[in-house]
Amino acid sequence: MQTRPETLRLRVDGLTIDVPAGSMVSAAVAMAGASRFRTSVTGQPRAPLCGMGICFECRVTINGRPHCKSCQIPCEVGMEVETDA
Amino acid sequence: MPDVVSNVVFDVAVIGAGPAGLAAAARAVESGARVAMIDDNPRPGGQIWRVSRLPEPWLRSQVELFSGARVFAAPAAGVLALERSDSSLELRYRSLILTTGARERFLPFPGWTLPNVMGAGGLQALAKSGLPVNGKRIVVAGSGPLLLAVAKYLRDHGADVRMIAEQADSSAILRFGLGLIARPAKLIQAIGLRAGLLGVRYLTTCWPVGAHGVERLESVTLQRNGKTWTEPCDYLACGFGLIPNVELPALFGCRMSETGVAVDEYQQTSVADIYGAGEVTGIGGLDLALVEGEIAGYAAAGKPQDARKLFAARTSNRQFADALERAFVLRAELRNLPQDDTFVCRCEDVTYARIRQCSNWREAKLHTRCGMGPCQGRVCGGAVEFLLGWKPDSVRPPVLPARVGSLARP
Repeated sequence: MQTRPETLRLRVDGLTIDVPAGSMVSAAVAMAGASRFRTSVTGQPRAPLCGMGICFECRVTINGRPHCKSCQIPCEVGMEVETDA
Repeated sequence: MPDVVSNVVFDVAVIGAGPAGLAAAARAVESGARVAMIDDNPRPGGQIWRVSRLPEPWLRSQVELFSGARVFAAPAAGVLALERSDSSLELRYRSLILTTGARERFLPFPGWTLPNVMGAGGLQALAKSGLPVNGKRIVVAGSGPLLLAVAKYLRDHGADVRMIAEQADSSAILRFGLGLIARPAKLIQAIGLRAGLLGVRYLTTCWPVGAHGVERLESVTLQRNGKTWTEPCDYLACGFGLIPNVELPALFGCRMSETGVAVDEYQQTSVADIYGAGEVTGIGGLDLALVEGEIAGYAAAGKPQDARKLFAARTSNRQFADALERAFVLRAELRNLPQDDTFVCRCEDVTYARIRQCSNWREAKLHTRCGMGPCQGRVCGGAVEFLLGWKPDSVRPPVLPARVGSLARP
């Protein structure tokens, strides 16, 4: 895996993307073009609202662990992120 | 069972590494206390300073910082139960300072659950987290000076800020602006913000009544003076002021005031050795948060004489906060924003019609599951309080969803 030191390479829904080091997973998901982070209990698309860990709308699966709050988790090299889309 | 039980007893534990918490920690350390600081974000600084290390002048290497750690329970007096992404731990303290800050108040309106409808501070936080906003068409709406700061930040980062919709009317804002003349530093700050926004429409007595799109936001309908029109946009950044994060203080049994956690002149809550400072005691802005934090830090570390020297500065900053609150009070018409089929509780998708059939918060929880999802009413609670006047129920641990392994005790 080749990444410049100032960027990190990870995958969002199978798509490889490079993000600036220090980015949160929420930003990476949005940069990958996904607008639906999770699906609500009645099937609606949802995405971050508060940006600070209060609303739980930014939940995604990271490295197989579900319900991770993507707004509060920094991106790491090689992360596998899956949205609910 | 916690993975780690620390044998260290900290003189002072500070929950929340925003401005008030950092100021409190700095003063407590200066007074000779051993200080632990806990924050659920990966980096300290709070929502206002999102930084990789403690900012000057509050940089103190003697503070033991627990980042990315959420306090979910207080299993015994002087003990905090913390959860991190991979572990849990118990931490012991003699005095506790609660600087849990505030969150935005969200009001439900048709379409507000669509992706890319965010809080005003919410979108700014996401932009600070790495989201490029360059070229994005953004409508900023809601209420309060935060809208200006957010709009300026977004514009400075290349966003096409279409307009700022402020629900308060211009006469209230003007009175507030005149009040600033007595406080030159604040006035300069306000003018600087306005100057940075030259060319951006700032519409008072204006608010969003609907957001439209399928998989994501495509446009927003705004209302002003009885007229409505639709603005195409990529993001709507919308927050109706701030509300204090009182869940942890409530867990500790602290008494509440009209504005937040009730505190005495030393920032001590109704519970001995537990202090509160900053927005959690009432929305007052950065300067007030800093001075309250300093007072709490001195007092918690047993230096009340040093705390007293800051009382006058606090009074002066409190006046500014009061003027702010008066200028941006939410208008009654906003209670008409949600329609019968508008979801108020986003965790459990509970409509306004269902909630309104109930007579109080407890009944709504039992009958509709409103406020029973992962956010535990942190989003819908502020809305329901404004819409129906209901105060939230008592707080019980765990105050946030926690892993079973963290909860099990030997």
